[in-house]
Amino acid sequence: MFRIFYKLGLVFVAVAGLATQPAFAETPNEILASIQKEAAGTPGFKGFSAARGESFFKAKHGGEWSCASCHTENPAALGKHAKTGKVIDPLAPSANAERFTNPKKVDKWFKRNCNDVLSRVCTPQEKGDVLAYLLTIKK
Amino acid sequence: MSMHKQKNFRMLAVALLAMGVTMSAAQADDDRDERYGEKHGGKYGGENRGKPLQPAQTNAKFQKECSDCHIAYMPGLLPAESWRKVMAGLDKHFGSDASLDAQDNKEITAFLVNNASNRWNAPTAPLKITETAWFKRKHDSHEINPAIWKNPQVKSPANCAACHPRAERGDFNEHDIRMPK
Ligand code: HEC
Ligand code: HEC
Ligand code: HEC
Repeated sequence: MFRIFYKLGLVFVAVAGLATQPAFAETPNEILASIQKEAAGTPGFKGFSAARGESFFKAKHGGEWSCASCHTENPAALGKHAKTGKVIDPLAPSANAERFTNPKKVDKWFKRNCNDVLSRVCTPQEKGDVLAYLLTIKK
Repeated sequence: MSMHKQKNFRMLAVALLAMGVTMSAAQADDDRDERYGEKHGGKYGGENRGKPLQPAQTNAKFQKECSDCHIAYMPGLLPAESWRKVMAGLDKHFGSDASLDAQDNKEITAFLVNNASNRWNAPTAPLKITETAWFKRKHDSHEINPAIWKNPQVKSPANCAACHPRAERGDFNEHDIRMPK
């Protein structure tokens, strides 16, 4: 009997927890899975690579900036906007629990920042590689 | 609403009230300034003394979407026509892509236009606050040693908070200015 109450209690706590955090609609791994679904449709797709994501992140792609120009070489640290100097919260989910939990926000910033760095949108392969890299970063 | 959020909400309400008070104080100061300005070669237009820089009722979407890369520049810092131009060109926004979806864009444009400065006397509507006549007059070489603009802590004249510590709250009162060393 006691065990049942205990279990019900746990379920209640879990549900209440979900209800008070509407901002965390998805986990970074769920977001990675949906990028993977997109990438799987492209020819020659063989999975994501954190190493490739890291070099993509740190390299310039013909323009003035790399991703690291604002998010720094260590995405677990505070970043700084290369033009305005405004502080940017860390990008790695290990250092910032809000990262990669809101699909709309993730799409918005991939579109904007890829445009700034590559003058085009990023491919699902590139986005997945970057997120795979960010998920390997320990705080 | 969780306890934590409720508390935040209450703090926000208090902060907004306090802002209203400091803003009307700043307003009074501006009036004096304007009379001074008139005597010394013309008005300084652009800022709106009929309305505060930030209306009492701000817009959550504007606050959120326009504060990721810099402070959310208050609607009263530019006239309506300037805001329309800024909001129509967000995909090429001063060298970066700040595009929004159509619905967010519409809501934020309406907020900015409805609360824009209405004391504009420049023939064209500039995109930049820092290119307006009143900004240049308030920040010319009589007021500010030009070397300060090269200070790495300033970086850009658009970095209002480098010298106006309470810029984020719409407070540019000249008594609160702290120049970086
Ligand atoms: C010019 C500065 C700048 C550059 C360059 C830049 N970013 Fe960003 N990035 C930002 C800002 C500002 C934000 C939003 C502020 C925040 O959420 O703290 C952001 C947010 C993001 C987010 C949102 C994550 C989330 O869930 O909150 C992603 C993803 C991202 N950036 C990826 C990239 C990638 C990939 C690159 C390189 C292609 C890149 N950024 C280059 C400034 C930059
Ligand atoms: C992706 C980053 C980003 C976002 C999001 C963004 N801006 Fe900007 N904004 C910039 C940059 C970069 C500048 C140039 C700053 C400089 O010259 O120092 C700028 C400059 C400005 C200026 C001119 C400032 C001056 O007087 O020089 C205005 C006005 C402005 N932004 C309004 C907005 C509004 C309104 C929004 C929300 C719809 C917004 N910005 C969102 C990046 C952004
Ligand atoms: C390098 C430092 C610096 C920067 C950056 C700066 N200001 Fe100022 N600002 C000053 C100083 C100093 C004065 C006082 C001039 C005077 O004595 O009249 C001033 C005056 C003002 C005033 C008039 C205040 C009053 O009480 O009369 C306004 C409004 C203002 N600034 C707005 C802005 C805005 C908006 C920005 C950003 C877009 C900005 N400033 C950026 C230094 C700065």
